[in-house]
Amino acid sequence: MIRSIAEWFAAAETEGLDLADVILNREAQESGASAEQIRKRIVETLAVMERAVAEGLETEEPSPSGMTGGRSARLMRSSPSFFGPQFTSMLARAIATLEVNARMGLIAAAPTAGAAGVVPAVLLTMRELRGWSTDDLVRGLLVAGGVGSVIAQRASIAGAGGGCQAETGSAAAMASAAVAYLEGGTPEQVGQAIGLTLQGMLGLICDPVAGLVEIPCAYRNASAAVQAVAAAEMALAGLDFPISVDEVIDVMGEVGRKMDVRYRETALGGLAATPSGQRIAELSGMSELVQLQRRGRTHGEDTSRFGPS
Amino acid sequence: MARLFDILGPTMVGPSSSHTAGACRLGFVVQAVAGGLPDRARICLHGSFAMTGEGHGTKLAILGGLLGLLPDNPRIREAERLATETGLEWEFHTCDLGEDAHPNSARFEVWREEEELEIVGSSIGGGRIRIEEIDGFAVDLSGSFSTMVVLADDIPGTVARITSLLASNDVNLATMRVDRTGRGGRAMMTIETDSDVPFVVVEELRNESWVHWIRNVHQLNA
Repeated sequence: MIRSIAEWFAAAETEGLDLADVILNREAQESGASAEQIRKRIVETLAVMERAVAEGLETEEPSPSGMTGGRSARLMRSSPSFFGPQFTSMLARAIATLEVNARMGLIAAAPTAGAAGVVPAVLLTMRELRGWSTDDLVRGLLVAGGVGSVIAQRASIAGAGGGCQAETGSAAAMASAAVAYLEGGTPEQVGQAIGLTLQGMLGLICDPVAGLVEIPCAYRNASAAVQAVAAAEMALAGLDFPISVDEVIDVMGEVGRKMDVRYRETALGGLAATPSGQRIAELSGMSELVQLQRRGRTHGEDTSRFGPS
Repeated sequence: MARLFDILGPTMVGPSSSHTAGACRLGFVVQAVAGGLPDRARICLHGSFAMTGEGHGTKLAILGGLLGLLPDNPRIREAERLATETGLEWEFHTCDLGEDAHPNSARFEVWREEEELEIVGSSIGGGRIRIEEIDGFAVDLSGSFSTMVVLADDIPGTVARITSLLASNDVNLATMRVDRTGRGGRAMMTIETDSDVPFVVVEELRNESWVHWIRNVHQLNA
């Protein structure tokens, strides 16, 4: 098991392999599956990602709460597209996956269901722009998986563990590393892409309205996709971030652990606990949650045991 | 929680890996331990499962699992209709399983062919689960391995018989646990193995006089 980005890159150098192959070999060793079986399963995962994006853009049916559904399609129709149509597509794809997720559609968690929009939005859009093949995408997803795996061990990929920085932040770091790698970045530049992504996501709280994986999650997936591409672009230009990537990941872990439990997926703080958020929770039949939000606010009760994970 | 397909996946119906995918896996393992589709199920939801489960389709996911659906099956959305059609009677309650229980826990009471089972389990994050209790016996099942669950008389030689039978069939043991905290004179054995236990081995054990019941739970795809 690879425990740090530094260890991963060092292994690539000693073994004379590129970053994706190190992950592929390790997974084959640990799971007993062949490289071909692993590649096949990644292609299947990619197909689930593509179908979810397409379904989200096509189906305008609202989610049961009404908070999402049809928003990605509206963005495609009505956006002023300041940065061109691909930028708009990327945002819409991120939101589309979360809209499918909210309607209990089929998605591929990457690394979680709540952050499942980021990696597909970035990779599918970059494929259009850069002409990547399916094999390229598989290699990119191996690199993304390696990044997520290191973050899961050193920090957290769960909102209940480390807030939204751990979910959409990790997803953005995974996507950014894949872009830097597939665009011919050196391992050092891939590392810079991860660090440059995470430094901009640090501290982001997880405060889902009515406890549902919808708002702000869908929009945070869109902004995390932007962060991922911006960081990859800066890294590939040779812009450096002077704090080592593993140190940045450790800081994310530390911030997550110190984050108040209200901001770690309990729906007891942040946007979820605003009067607007409480109204939506009431309408969604979650009056017990609203009572807790009110109690937590007035008495500062310990609500940690109600946190989802 | 750092394996490749835990990060790139699971592929699942939304919206939550813990409240939907994990809930479905709990239901799936419960029906497997019960020996198949139950006639009746009474499920109590604890903590966050009870608080925010409604919006996450937790009940549908649990019912889907009880019907043998896995987390990536879109029919989970129709689980209530499917349950009615297949004749599964069910009811959900909320309950407090105590301070020590994981926030995403559920207690299942299931009835199948005159037999009643009580199972407690939790969804521990990212879709992973842990079964903690079967009929008052403490267990620790992840569903990530092929698993045999055996209720046996608490007499000497039973563990040796099982392990030697597995060894002679080239089945590698991952974990084995024996618990006697349940009803007097009996022991619950849970045996996790690296590969599926051949059907014939399960039948051989079933015929032993000291075996009350035995169930084979297939490995859940990570």
